[in-house]
Amino acid sequence: MLEKSLKGNLGYWAWILFLLGIIGVGVICYIVQYNYGLGATGMSRDVTWGVYISQFTFLVGVAAGGLMLVLPYYLHHYKDFGRITILGEFMAIASVAMCMLFIMADLGQPMRALNVVLHPTPNSMLFYDMIVLSGYLFLNVVCGWVVLHSEYKGIKYPNWVKPLIYLSIPWAVSIHTVTAFLYCGLPGRHFWLTAILAPRFLASAFAAGPCLLMVIALIMKRTTKFDIGRVAQDKLVTIIGYAALLNFFFLGCEIFVAYYSTIPGHMHTLDYLYFGLTDHVTGVTHNNLVPFMRASLVLGFAGIALIFVSRYLKSDGLLAVSCILIFVSFWIDKGLGLVLGGFVPNGLEQITEYVPTAVEIGITAGVWATGFFIITILYKVAISVKLENEGTA
Amino acid sequence: MDSSRRKFLKIAGISAVAGIGAPSALNMLMKNEVQASSAGGEHGAQTEAHGEQGGHGAAPTGKRYGMVIDAVKFHENQGLAEKCIAACHDYFNVPNFGNKKDEIKWLWQMPFTNAFPGDESHYKKDDRTHAMQFMVLCNHCDNPPCVRACPTKATFKNADGIVMMDFHRCIGCRFCMAACPYGARSFNWRDPRGSKDGVPFIKKVNPEFPTRMRGVVEKCSFCDLRVKRGLQPLCVEATGDTKAMVFGDLNDPNSEVSQVLRARFTIQRKPSLGTMPSVFYII
Repeated sequence: MLEKSLKGNLGYWAWILFLLGIIGVGVICYIVQYNYGLGATGMSRDVTWGVYISQFTFLVGVAAGGLMLVLPYYLHHYKDFGRITILGEFMAIASVAMCMLFIMADLGQPMRALNVVLHPTPNSMLFYDMIVLSGYLFLNVVCGWVVLHSEYKGIKYPNWVKPLIYLSIPWAVSIHTVTAFLYCGLPGRHFWLTAILAPRFLASAFAAGPCLLMVIALIMKRTTKFDIGRVAQDKLVTIIGYAALLNFFFLGCEIFVAYYSTIPGHMHTLDYLYFGLTDHVTGVTHNNLVPFMRASLVLGFAGIALIFVSRYLKSDGLLAVSCILIFVSFWIDKGLGLVLGGFVPNGLEQITEYVPTAVEIGITAGVWATGFFIITILYKVAISVKLENEGTA
Repeated sequence: MDSSRRKFLKIAGISAVAGIGAPSALNMLMKNEVQASSAGGEHGAQTEAHGEQGGHGAAPTGKRYGMVIDAVKFHENQGLAEKCIAACHDYFNVPNFGNKKDEIKWLWQMPFTNAFPGDESHYKKDDRTHAMQFMVLCNHCDNPPCVRACPTKATFKNADGIVMMDFHRCIGCRFCMAACPYGARSFNWRDPRGSKDGVPFIKKVNPEFPTRMRGVVEKCSFCDLRVKRGLQPLCVEATGDTKAMVFGDLNDPNSEVSQVLRARFTIQRKPSLGTMPSVFYII
């Protein structure tokens, strides 16, 4: 079945080559980092996690977002999603693969990564994160591949995958919950120390994941004969819209709690992210992330408004734009602000700002390119099988 | 034929999963048991919490080491703090990279508002308190968040309450650094054994303590190996007769540190977090 990925037009091969080029750059950057140490990044004693861990956090969400495509079809027999569940599963595979690469890129001693398995530590949330992420990868590989392969053979998928598919639904929730628990269980990091973090993660995930899928689906609609259909598209708009609104509702709850209680620790990071925070010893105001975070709000709300307008106008172009706006908004919110903001101020109430280095950005781009490479190959296989079947049927 | 092959594969698969899972589960149980007890021996610090050897049957020591830092005495004895820091950093081969980004420190000084953030009522404290510097270091918490967070038990708590680091097991995920509310931990962002423009990061290597490799976390160890030999931590020793630092067993009511704690009003850093720090301050 995989041989389907070897047949493609010029555009397909140019895209593959482009991705391989970026992956190559990423590999070179990683060699630099590996030889020098993590000092090659912008991270410091005060901001100990940077873009790697924040991308990881965001991508766990994209992976979990696949749930929104699988759940309606398998649990509610929503037939119009029949053609896209496989896309959700394959997107999850690529996202989890990226998550794992980002974790590896972030380790100071990557050769010792297996210590997590060799010395299992059930009191560490990372231990559970390892279990749920590898489990989710396994479930999606098996479910996605077996279902597609059955379709390829022109038979119904075997019954034994059914329990695995059902299992993958709560499992998707678990990956993002456990990832939130990495942060919200730490004493002394007020910004993260909130019970609403896991729900907030899930809300943004259920918007960002389907957004990415929608954009890819719209691209495929133009470049291939594969069309997910107007009904599925409209349903996805509902899912994305409500999940995105829920995300902002949760953010609003955070803002209320911080600014109504006026507990300094609760306000500090929000101040830093949206207004800039002044160091009361030096008098310097730090506001690196302010333009990004404000842009995130604007893009997010604009995206939500436009996505419903696009459905009313039946405009694919506007739909793609609004999905991109929401995706970028949530990428900034979670892929930058959430992790980086948590370190400001530090435990000694000092402010250190973080700026990623070129090496770090190169590695990050390389990992993203790897993810898109996996998605491209898997989607190519999936739609080839589907189009072939529909052609013969 | 086909069905028997399938059966065989099923059984083989299940046994493989069980075979992989069982030993590690067993290990986990055994380790917990060992962690609850204590161990002696030459390399006790490295092995007791991991339970690879020794430890079985040894009774808990019941000790909990702690420290009282008299900030007033440090304020009155200018230069004393620097002496303590040098004693620590020189002995433990703590590198100096000459920049804030790569900085590694085990023991250092901070103004009141940084050492005790959140104590807003203290903003209106006397000028002396605000002029004072406070020695900060790992608090060797009784309930350490870093130990909870570490995914490999590279950081662990000894039976005597000292929170330890195993530099050889640390994978460098820095979860412990995110978990520590006191900023007590440092990471080797680059090779501490290297040099820049011919100046080595470790001025003079002390052969008695290993230098670290890049990519691992480190922090104050309360001089556990000295304490095991009945000696005082190096910083405490450096304070000499000033009594600016008092170290000892908090569980022993007759120890000097317990007596000071009974006699003087002391504060801890961020006690509201429930970490139960073992370092106390006289202000």
